[in-house]
Amino acid sequence: MKYLLSVCLALACLCSISAADTVAVGQPMPKISKLIPGAKVPNTSGKVVLVDFWASWCGPCKKSFPVLNDLQNKYGSKGLVVIGVSVDENADDFNKFATKNKAAFSLVHDAAHKAAAAFSPPTMPTSYIIDRKGVVRHIHKGFKGSKTAAEYVAEIEALLAAK
Amino acid sequence: MKRSTFLLFSFLLATLSLSSCSQRLVRVQPYERGNLARPAMAEELDSLQVSMTEHAYFSREASYGGGGVGGGGCGCN
Repeated sequence: MKYLLSVCLALACLCSISAADTVAVGQPMPKISKLIPGAKVPNTSGKVVLVDFWASWCGPCKKSFPVLNDLQNKYGSKGLVVIGVSVDENADDFNKFATKNKAAFSLVHDAAHKAAAAFSPPTMPTSYIIDRKGVVRHIHKGFKGSKTAAEYVAEIEALLAAK
Repeated sequence: MKRSTFLLFSFLLATLSLSSCSQRLVRVQPYERGNLARPAMAEELDSLQVSMTEHAYFSREASYGGGGVGGGGCGCN
């Protein structure tokens, strides 16, 4: 009887773990190039990476674009790579948004939601800051204007300084 | 196998299978809310009519109000 109970509990634990396969702080970044075949993902080895999940229908995502552009322009030469992953189901929505909001960073279209399922962003937008070793160091849920922008700068500068 | 053991095992198995699938099947993930965020999916399509109706109710009934929520269906931020 005790054996039966322990087996059931172990199974329950396993199922709960498999159901919540989100990317957390301290975990390695999933390979976007493998999740979205054919996507033009820049080389991220040895670089600080900011992965931002956005959508054309998400208001705060639109507001985050100028901030992400500034980050890429300011820290790109120092080793920062910003990747914007669109979760739009429709390619037209993605293209229209990308044309209207000029991005100075790389954009990839995750129409099949493979990357989104791997990262499992808790809200839109969600951004992940990854250190030079490929480990997720910070997760930003949502974009709260200048507050989030200041946090980005502090965290990215600290990670760029760490060799 | 005793009847009570069998019942307990069945109950645990049912709980296990239901709990593991509910997370994925029931919830619409934040990145899947494109269709919910469309203007056509809004609860009230005519914002002017809504505000006028709410004003009329508010002027007549002191207890009215507080029914609104921030944001749309996209669940952004």
